[in-house]
Amino acid sequence: MATAVVTTERENYINSEYGIRSWLLTTDHKRIALLYLLSITFFFFIGGFFALLIRLELLTPAGDLVQADTYNKLFTMHGQIMVFFFLIPSIPAVLGNFLVPMMIGAKDLAFPRINLLSWYLYIFGGCMMLHCIVTGGVDTGWTFYTPFSTAFTNTKVIEAGLSIFIVGFSSILTGLNFVVSIHRMRAPGLTWSRLPLFLWSIYATSIIFLLGTPVLAITLLLLIFERAFHLGIFDPTRGGDPLLFQHLFWFYSHPAVYIMILPAMGVVSEIIPCFSRKRVFGYSFVAMSSIAIAVFGFLVWAHHMFVAGISLYSALFFSILSYLVAVPSAVKVFNWTATMYKGSISFSTPMLYALGFIGLFTIGGLTGLFLAALGFDVHVTDTYFVIAHFHYIMVGGAVMGYLGGLHFWWPKISGRMYPEAWGRLAAAIVFIGFNLTFFPQFILGYMGMPRRYWQYPPEFQVLNVFSTAGSTILAVGYLLPMIYMLWSLRYGKIAGDNPWGAAGLEWKTASPPPTFNFDETPEVTWEAYNYDEIPMPEEVSLER
Amino acid sequence: MSDSLIALEHPTELQHHFADMEQQKSTSTFGMWLFLGTEIMFFGGMFAAYLIYRRWYYNEFALGSRSINIWLGTINTMVLICSSLTVALGVRAAQMGKRKLLVTLLLITMVFGVAFLGIKGVEWYQKYEEHHVPGSSFNASDLVSVGQKYGVHINQAHSQIYFSLYFALTGLHALHMVVGLGIFTVLTYFAWKGKYTPEYHTPIEIGGLYWHFVDIVWIYLFPLLYLIDRKPFH
Repeated sequence: MATAVVTTERENYINSEYGIRSWLLTTDHKRIALLYLLSITFFFFIGGFFALLIRLELLTPAGDLVQADTYNKLFTMHGQIMVFFFLIPSIPAVLGNFLVPMMIGAKDLAFPRINLLSWYLYIFGGCMMLHCIVTGGVDTGWTFYTPFSTAFTNTKVIEAGLSIFIVGFSSILTGLNFVVSIHRMRAPGLTWSRLPLFLWSIYATSIIFLLGTPVLAITLLLLIFERAFHLGIFDPTRGGDPLLFQHLFWFYSHPAVYIMILPAMGVVSEIIPCFSRKRVFGYSFVAMSSIAIAVFGFLVWAHHMFVAGISLYSALFFSILSYLVAVPSAVKVFNWTATMYKGSISFSTPMLYALGFIGLFTIGGLTGLFLAALGFDVHVTDTYFVIAHFHYIMVGGAVMGYLGGLHFWWPKISGRMYPEAWGRLAAAIVFIGFNLTFFPQFILGYMGMPRRYWQYPPEFQVLNVFSTAGSTILAVGYLLPMIYMLWSLRYGKIAGDNPWGAAGLEWKTASPPPTFNFDETPEVTWEAYNYDEIPMPEEVSLER
Repeated sequence: MSDSLIALEHPTELQHHFADMEQQKSTSTFGMWLFLGTEIMFFGGMFAAYLIYRRWYYNEFALGSRSINIWLGTINTMVLICSSLTVALGVRAAQMGKRKLLVTLLLITMVFGVAFLGIKGVEWYQKYEEHHVPGSSFNASDLVSVGQKYGVHINQAHSQIYFSLYFALTGLHALHMVVGLGIFTVLTYFAWKGKYTPEYHTPIEIGGLYWHFVDIVWIYLFPLLYLIDRKPFH
């Protein structure tokens, strides 16, 4: 019986070759996506572990669980791992790698070997970061601000900086691969105006990878030189300018926020039309707003420095430009809502994550407008208000989008369905846990609790207890998908080629796809999101 | 279908995921152009730092610039321009399928590249002997006394910033040259093996693009670092 099943199973990218070599030396974009999935999940749980330790320390007003120095290291490593080793590669390197060639109807990315190289760079940088952590870690905050990082701290700044420098090249190469592939490898008939919105988002993200990451690279290199040889470039006692470091750092690191959120927006733009059974409302506006976010993203970096001593005029300028980012972001939110209007909506797990994304991203985005206002920003700079704001974007936005996308494309990736009831439960737990963790932090910050302290006055304790309780719920919400997705690999219901009745080329091939994605190069004769022409599968419609 | 027809449809240099040679070539070339775009941003961060400190510490930058051997810099500029010419001629030789000429031109290019690095090494060694290498043994008292001669005050810490940028910029440029030499070694080997034909020589063109880019970076570095102000002070 078992052999009969094996022989009837179609050859696909997973069973085409066996053995560790066939994975470590693969140039198949789908296998590389899975390598990334494993590695970033590993780093996600390490970063999450640090987050839980931070929340445990903050359960009580006294600094009792860890020493102050250890606490500094905890939030630094949490930030660096989550930003550089999880959030930035998350959707692009996993879902992007898996989907970009299939969505454009190609056999692979433009440069398959460079794609594998970028995974090895990621792993090399990652191992260096791990080595740095176990041999002492860094305590500068993820931002490496000078002159503390170059002249004062005695922790391992150079090693951490080098590891992020290396992992940066992994993102540059991934972005380069995506841009070139989307330009040059589209299937016949797949015009720019027929591209899935996920690809527009990935394209905009890749532009930021290409233009921003090299600046981070040179900044880290200068930081490393400065620390090793005491050059004085960022040292005010030698005529250097620490603000220059902040300018260079945020020139990349602000757009990096859009690296995290844009791909999640792309995922949401795929999920919402599918589970509303409607064409996306205002396709070209949603597409162009991705490009607009990438462009504006490069013009707002100094809003991280309003109290750092920049001139009032440049602060005004950056404040106004920061408001402008709200326009394309709002265009997206309104268009998603309009897509759902009068749609026939089913609340499957991916849709729950997408809806969660819209709500949480809206809160994160609107509080971003508070922070763009100079007066208010001065009041809440370096408080938990800022922490709550960017976690609503990065966790409430980017991670929700990532999980939504992982569920949406899981049948395509694995060929199996995850258990729907567990999926919905986990989505609800994540949503509740997230809000319980981070909403109190808005209030704490507004009341004046500063970030990066391991002690606080007793009157802040109630809200901190809420936050810590929420973080444990959130942890359960993140563990659940990992467990039931692994379970589904063996016991999940076999997924058809297109279990959601979704539009898009990736659903027109087998699940899991064959190594070269399509048996023959597809020719696109339809517009994107032609949901008025595709019937919804019965199982999905029952879930309404 | 006969064997020859299959070979015609799928030349050996064509990778499996491309439809035809034309697509493969335009994809690879586009990839290199984008990569060079990222390189501009990479050097751009340091050019930004240069711009700011040159404006703040003009005297230190001008005197630092004078202390560098202008002859070595000028010769190196000419060496690199000549190497760009031999690369361009090499691409032409590849297009025309002249294997021996291609190998010769690639080798000459590499000789120019090595010469550049050698001259650069001499220049750096001079700076080392003058204690102008940033770090614990940095000493710009010679520049301070030159400044006194012209009546301008020279702050040694600020001079160190100039030399830091000088070494960072020329060092990263030299690193790119080393990478270029590595690429050209591989290209020369395959050219010698006769891999490149008038139909397929994209690697030569792409390698050439990289080489030209590294040359162009030097064309900017030379005036910015060597020619800030060579007139006597008034």
